Amino acid sequence: MGLEEKLPAGFVLTTVENVVGYMRKASIWPATFGLACCAIEMMAVGTPDYDIARFGMERFSATPRQADLMIVAGRVSQKMAPVVRQVYDQMPNPKWVISMGVCASSGGMFNNYAIVQGVDHIIPVDIYLPGCPPRPEMLLNAIIELHKQIQGSKLGVNRVAAARAAEEAAMAATPTSLMAPTHDHLAHLGAPTGKNLLA
Amino acid sequence: MTTHDHDTTVFASPEPDADDVADAYGASVHDDVEGAPVFNVSGGDWNDLVDEATALHEERIVVNMGPQHPSTHGVLRLILELDGETVTEARAGIGYLHTGIEKNMEFRTWVQGVTFCTRMDYLTPMFQETAYCLAVEKLLGITDQVPERASIIRVLMMELTRVNSHLVCLGTGGMELGATTVMTVGFRERERILRVFEAVTGLRMNNAYIRPGGVSQDVPHGAVDMVREVVTELRRGIHELELLLNENPLLKGRTVGVGFMDLTGCMALGMTGPVLRATGLPHDLRKSAPYCGYETYEFDVITRTGCDAYDRLRIRIDEMYQSLRIVEQTLDRLQRTEGQPVMVEDKKIAWPAQLAIGGDGQGNSLDHIREIMGSSMESLIHHFKLVTEGFRVPPGQAYAAVESAKGELGCHAVSDGGTRPYRAHFRDPSFNNLQAVASMCEGGQVADVIVAVASLDPVMGGVDR
Amino acid sequence: MSDEKKTDTGPELEDADVQAIPDKEIDTPETSTVDDPDALRPAHSANISTWRELSADEREPVLAGERRGMFGATRGQDTSGYGGLVTPTLFPGASPRPYGSYFDEVADRLGTALTEADGPAYHDAVEKVVVDRGELTLFVRREHLVPVARAMRDVPELRFEMCSGVSGVHYPGEPGRELHAVYHLLSITHGSRRVRLEVAAPDADPHIPSIVAVYPSNDWHERETWDMFGIIFDGHPALTRILMPDDWPGHPQRKDYPLGGIPVEYKGGTVPPPDQRRAYT
Repeated sequence: MGLEEKLPAGFVLTTVENVVGYMRKASIWPATFGLACCAIEMMAVGTPDYDIARFGMERFSATPRQADLMIVAGRVSQKMAPVVRQVYDQMPNPKWVISMGVCASSGGMFNNYAIVQGVDHIIPVDIYLPGCPPRPEMLLNAIIELHKQIQGSKLGVNRVAAARAAEEAAMAATPTSLMAPTHDHLAHLGAPTGKNLLA
Repeated sequence: MTTHDHDTTVFASPEPDADDVADAYGASVHDDVEGAPVFNVSGGDWNDLVDEATALHEERIVVNMGPQHPSTHGVLRLILELDGETVTEARAGIGYLHTGIEKNMEFRTWVQGVTFCTRMDYLTPMFQETAYCLAVEKLLGITDQVPERASIIRVLMMELTRVNSHLVCLGTGGMELGATTVMTVGFRERERILRVFEAVTGLRMNNAYIRPGGVSQDVPHGAVDMVREVVTELRRGIHELELLLNENPLLKGRTVGVGFMDLTGCMALGMTGPVLRATGLPHDLRKSAPYCGYETYEFDVITRTGCDAYDRLRIRIDEMYQSLRIVEQTLDRLQRTEGQPVMVEDKKIAWPAQLAIGGDGQGNSLDHIREIMGSSMESLIHHFKLVTEGFRVPPGQAYAAVESAKGELGCHAVSDGGTRPYRAHFRDPSFNNLQAVASMCEGGQVADVIVAVASLDPVMGGVDR
Repeated sequence: MSDEKKTDTGPELEDADVQAIPDKEIDTPETSTVDDPDALRPAHSANISTWRELSADEREPVLAGERRGMFGATRGQDTSGYGGLVTPTLFPGASPRPYGSYFDEVADRLGTALTEADGPAYHDAVEKVVVDRGELTLFVRREHLVPVARAMRDVPELRFEMCSGVSGVHYPGEPGRELHAVYHLLSITHGSRRVRLEVAAPDADPHIPSIVAVYPSNDWHERETWDMFGIIFDGHPALTRILMPDDWPGHPQRKDYPLGGIPVEYKGGTVPPPDQRRAYT
């Protein structure tokens, strides 16, 4: 990353970050990485009804060398895993990954020998998009979230600092299974403020 | 044996040789003695010489049209050995989407198996569900107890899925040939059908709608009118596709005579579906071994005699029109059977949930909940057990086949008397048809490989399961 | 009905008079819907007998394992009493003649075809015939599978041109016959008739002859069955893994191979993978 090492620090950097973020989020070229059912919904996003061309993203790049975004759409099998990694490695920086669908995010309904339980076992993921398959509108939402993320991404020393902060937060976080459950099973019994699901 | 020098010598030497060309990116001209193969002939047969020359295979490249490729219809790996532009050997490598669905189904109840099998061939989910449910109903022995309305809805869903699948085939086939308008038109029409699916089943794709015993819930009010409108729009849209494709000289140039597979080949390789019907044999399971009441519908089996990719394309378009014809007949019957049950009467098998728009969006209808939670403990227990444990199927095995958009889709279900399938194997048409890649492509050009594979219409989810 | 199996020694010419007429012993008069059982027997049955009396053993349902307990009652303290439940898994046994619809015709013609082709005797090749749920299943002995397949494909009256593929099934509860390969044949000529051939092989010796020479469409299906079950198809041109990576150990769809899932973490707990949860079978 030759350019980014020469960046100044301070508020000038903030301005540069804004400009670079603005440039980078416009017209990201996705790599064709449709695997299964989600690929069909991804293709549907490219069609006039949902129109990914509004972001300048209708040019799905078959070659990873010219792609910025890898939308892993579909279940990643054990045989396909090295291919995913190879294609990811072939993409030049800056690159982002959306794991589309529950199969790419976590293995989905296929909790078995043949499916990699989440493509984040293989490649770093920026946006997780659940759904089986997610509606095309959900994919557009994920892309908009990615745009926000790209717009706000730091460069230079700020990036290093942000990465360090994220790592420390992750190390200090409680594991998911030890967190408090989100859904309180006992809330609706007798509590006057509990939500009446049958109303 | 050959004295042919490869171009690498030009790049390897820092200073270009005087004899060799100065421009590294230009065409290389080799001296006769150093470069091209030289044959010394002293008598002998001319034919032998020619055979020897062709067998030398100066430049054989093995090209991997890898699993990630925009034109291979999903994660299909084609290993091609090329001699110039001609394919001398073609092999298909599959398994990149193997999900272990069949094994996963052995750990879920019979009804939950529907949600798994629906994701095999993700372009024709209803066909998988129907094949599976027909096999389960055969095992249960309730094939003739499935209500008429349920069968009508199944036929409606299946025919809409057939149109859906053919639209994707034509759309992606067009995209692979470089005609992106075909894709946008095809997918635009497909959206209409997906809206129908969403209205009826709740999901656009992979809807676990067809359950053993019938369908999970009835079509909502207004669905029949909606589908009627959609059919009209679809006819217009498919006609637009026809105008783009049928007499297009570019398309004809690329598809006529390509991917040739005659009747002998089809019979040998067990091909079914549009590929088989393109050879002239009118084999369609909907006519020869009807299921779900298909014998009562009027439709034609489209057959052509060209055995090539162009004919398969024409067959798919005409099949779409026939499917719309069947859809209209189902709509009339749906109006006639308004109010009839859509699930088998046997309460020990029928899916108990009656979904309706509840206070929180969608859920069980309030009447049903009032009954099971308010008045009848037995209903609650029954509902609970039926949903969590599932029904038991007497031991045995059954095979049910449907005519999917791609060919014969069969489900071999084995039960050991429990609530889970002991073994559910799906004979997917794409798995079988893809074996023909070698015989279709060898001897042709690389570009024809794309066309041939597109005309087979393989969906890798079904191939790999 | 005699208890000992009437051993049929092949196409030996049996005296038509001496030969027992099966219908009297097998079809009870009340249930038989056939007016003239003799008319059902093929005209040339004097030479080749494909009609064979079934012993009581053969007509018994086949035990292929058993289920113990219920509601996962084997885990921890069971006070429900369901833990002691033992349910045998019984598959249908051999069916007596006449089978009904086109099944008799198929079985008889197969018998004569095997003899015409100097192949194995019908009763050597076919060890059991089961008619269940409107489907005909011929249990073929594995060493005679190829001649049977060839006869099914080539004989005009049978003409099962298409083989829909091989489906493997693993029955660990049937010692000596654990691995079954199930072939579904379709006859387009005769109005989409279907027949099932089932071949069994033990785990210790999982070899079944390949019928790729007869039905080339079986190529990939047999590769898949090898990949998933470990059944080695002798004579297959290239028996390699097709769905799993080439160096994958084990055969995933066997019953002794785990489903292979991982526990899923939620906030406040984990959910074990499907094969380790309480089973309501």
